[in-house]
Amino acid sequence: MEPCELSFREIVAALEAGDLSARDLAASVLDRVDAREEETSAYLTLRDRAEVLADAERADGVARRCGRQGPIHGVPVAVKDNIVVRGLPATCASRALERFVPPYDATAVEKLKGAGAVIVGKTNLDEFAMGSSNEYSAFGPVRNPWDRSRVAGGSSGGSAAAVAAGETVLALGSDTGGSVRLPAAFCGVVGIKPTYGRVSRYGLVAFASSLDQIGTIARDVAGASALLEAVAGEDPRDSTTSDRPVEGLYTEPPDDLSGVRVGVPSEFLEGNAPDVDVAVARTVALLGELGASVRPVSVPHLGYGIAVYYTVADSEASSNLARYDGVAYGARADAAVDLAGLYERSRCEGFGPEVKRRIMLGTYALSAGYYDDYYLKAQRVRSLIVADLERVFENVDVVAGPTSPTTAFRFGERSEDPLTMYRSDAYTVGANLTGAPAVSLPCGLDGEGLPIGFQLMADKFRERDLLRVASVVERAIGFGAHPAGAGG
Amino acid sequence: MEFEAVIGFEVHAQLATATKIFCSCASAGEAPPNTRVCPVCLGLPGALPVLNRRAVGLALRAAVALEADISPLSGFDRKNYFYPDLPKGYQITQTRMPLARGGHVDIGRDGDSRRIGLQQIHIEEDAGKTIHDASGVSLVDMNRCGVPLLEIVTLPDVRGPREAVRFLTELRRILVFAGVTAGDMHRGHLRFDTNVSVRPRGSGDLGTRTEIKNLNSFRAAKNAITYEIERQSALVSEGKTVTHETLLWDDGPGRAVAMRTKEGASDYRYFPEPDLVDFAVDDEWIGRVRDAMPELPGAMERRFVSTYGLSEYDAGVLTAEPDVALYFDDAVKALDRGEGGGEGEGALRALAKSASNWVMVVVGGYLNAEGLDVGALRARGMTPARLAEILTLRLRGEVNEPAARRLFGEAARSDEPIGAIVERLGLAQLDDDTEIRAIVADVLDRHAEEVRRYRAGERKLLRYFVGEVMRATAGRADPALATRLITERLDAPG
Repeated sequence: MEPCELSFREIVAALEAGDLSARDLAASVLDRVDAREEETSAYLTLRDRAEVLADAERADGVARRCGRQGPIHGVPVAVKDNIVVRGLPATCASRALERFVPPYDATAVEKLKGAGAVIVGKTNLDEFAMGSSNEYSAFGPVRNPWDRSRVAGGSSGGSAAAVAAGETVLALGSDTGGSVRLPAAFCGVVGIKPTYGRVSRYGLVAFASSLDQIGTIARDVAGASALLEAVAGEDPRDSTTSDRPVEGLYTEPPDDLSGVRVGVPSEFLEGNAPDVDVAVARTVALLGELGASVRPVSVPHLGYGIAVYYTVADSEASSNLARYDGVAYGARADAAVDLAGLYERSRCEGFGPEVKRRIMLGTYALSAGYYDDYYLKAQRVRSLIVADLERVFENVDVVAGPTSPTTAFRFGERSEDPLTMYRSDAYTVGANLTGAPAVSLPCGLDGEGLPIGFQLMADKFRERDLLRVASVVERAIGFGAHPAGAGG
Repeated sequence: MEFEAVIGFEVHAQLATATKIFCSCASAGEAPPNTRVCPVCLGLPGALPVLNRRAVGLALRAAVALEADISPLSGFDRKNYFYPDLPKGYQITQTRMPLARGGHVDIGRDGDSRRIGLQQIHIEEDAGKTIHDASGVSLVDMNRCGVPLLEIVTLPDVRGPREAVRFLTELRRILVFAGVTAGDMHRGHLRFDTNVSVRPRGSGDLGTRTEIKNLNSFRAAKNAITYEIERQSALVSEGKTVTHETLLWDDGPGRAVAMRTKEGASDYRYFPEPDLVDFAVDDEWIGRVRDAMPELPGAMERRFVSTYGLSEYDAGVLTAEPDVALYFDDAVKALDRGEGGGEGEGALRALAKSASNWVMVVVGGYLNAEGLDVGALRARGMTPARLAEILTLRLRGEVNEPAARRLFGEAARSDEPIGAIVERLGLAQLDDDTEIRAIVADVLDRHAEEVRRYRAGERKLLRYFVGEVMRATAGRADPALATRLITERLDAPG
């Protein structure tokens, strides 16, 4: 078995025992990139092989002299291209930032480097993280490693596909409405969206500031948890981070789920693909067998989740993306005759159709005369959803259900109809609107051999409880499947 | 028809912080273009603002000094518009939950005092500067991006150009005394937009107003308001209507030009700034601000009148700038403590009178001539305490007025002790009757013709004789004593 195919705990054990060097692990990942990247298009920027190996050797040196600095020391990590790494392009999969090279590191990246992780490259995404399929990348879509005719999910499709294909061990993504969990589900890997305020957004290119959160992707709960623990924590450069201590996310799972109260929202069990319903029902039953008490719950306002989410997210996006005006950096249209022309042409040429659609929708929702009916009303309904979930978490520890109503769909199947595309996020936006942490883990394959995602959500700042439950479920499911060519 | 103007202001004052409002780039002073920038104030992708609490502290000082109601919870909003010197495409400001509401500025004195009400006080970030050069190229300097500003919005309580200047002057004085802003007009620390409308005198209705932007001096404000009142009055007199519009004041030709409607009618799409959290201001914080508040100009001015016995005019002049006011006040206190001090209120008032004349005339003249400010004078060692030493010598008659002025000039050049300078330059006053009497005799002997004319009735020659005695003593004679001795001798028979 190639080193890049090992479970995260196996990798840590091998690195600690000296049976595996960070250099060999990186080389294994880079070999896999050579073999699979053409097919997946998971990366937008790959660092030079020699640089990656040099970083890995440096990590080996530090480990030899001072011991490993933590679980992710010497472990390859891919970074979504909307998270800035000093000196590497940060295109956000947009023509607008095609040649933009940031002069600084995101806080999460600084922490990665400090923890001794080895950065492999920058991964593909939907332009500015706006999309659920990764079809909206200006540089071409990511292909699902399980079936190259299907989408990898979005918007962190590159990160999820890279992990699934073994082109990295760990990856950072960002989750504004499900952008870590949905591609994780579609690619059969684990994706965590932490509590809003857990991970600094400093250096995460803003899409919707009140919803954006950096998340982690790995082949197992242990890897995603270890990466989250490494990047989480209060940051003086992001006022919205929490000062609550981050501890014990990467731990041995308990034996069973006795004492854990699980709620299954009835709203999550309607209109799903039959195979999804079957797999989710089987997994919920498994929770009961593991000792959890399972009960139905209701989140009545979640039905408005998609409408609320797109109103709030697009409003914020319309403002956040105003800075891409062609003046100081990024793409600037030639031959503009005046200032308005410079703006119009730069933005017309720089942005793709989905980004333009969101900017238009968001601008409309914030306009005088419409603000109260759209933005303000959406925020009011958002607080109703928050209240719904607060009530639910008075009685249960975790909420369980499918990550998405379907498995990975075919290219072009939804990209012509935005509303159908938006419904892919029906089960994921709740965590973003309320700020709660959530995790998606694979719970089986459908009739076509595609992975099905199972989502667990907990109350804010309860990542530790959430991930312990996820670990127990993961072990019980024993999902050992890998896409073809990714070993296992 | 006689018209009355209804005028309101939006005043922007640069808060006197060392660093910008949302990052740690330097904020005070000048620097070459685009050298005081970082990912945050450049609005680079991924950068986030973090509130500088010192800026809030200074803004709170303003709110306390202007007696406004401070909001227990404040928040920021985004004001969205496109402009090349606005790198994020929005300005972070406050609309929903401003720092404070209400407050007022009192102008004028007893019997003729007016209270100008304030609507709100809030904090925001400045934008950069766009420079259009002659060749048609536009350059952007982002140094000012993120410089903290205080915005004060008044009620439409001002009634004319002169009152406008009095209001702006008083507002500036309060903000500068409170340490909120350095208030340097030449550096753009204070900028004004104004709303002007006219109505028939005595009417309670409001006419259609126009907004005039880009006023960077009191003079520009006065000229623009005068211009606009005349323009609107003429329109209304002719039965025409005033258009609600935004005008840009051009101080050169002295006229206001309408901004393109497209710019004026922007929909700013305000919404809560999601990158910053709301901040609470509790009573304890307000208490600390109150405790640290320096004496404000109105109170100081009244004290100078009531305690020091200055005229209202002199008190007003001395409290126009805080450094002058404090210099004067410190000098009086030093005099009062020192040997120059006497018993009772009358003695203090005499000291204050002398110090006020000196600060306004001698110190002011010296600063003008040397191109210095009070801070530089203090830095040169010419402290209020040393001024008090000089004034003490003068009040005791140990040096005369010309000698005292010369002494001041010398003392402002080094930290040489005052006594040493007096000795080195031989400035001590001659008050020995016998010695001066001999010099008087000598002078009058040498000017027999003038003595004759004096005795014939040409009394104004007395000053000439005094001047000659002063010259003969190198300015050291006590002029009063010299005058007395000359008169005695001239008027003596024979």
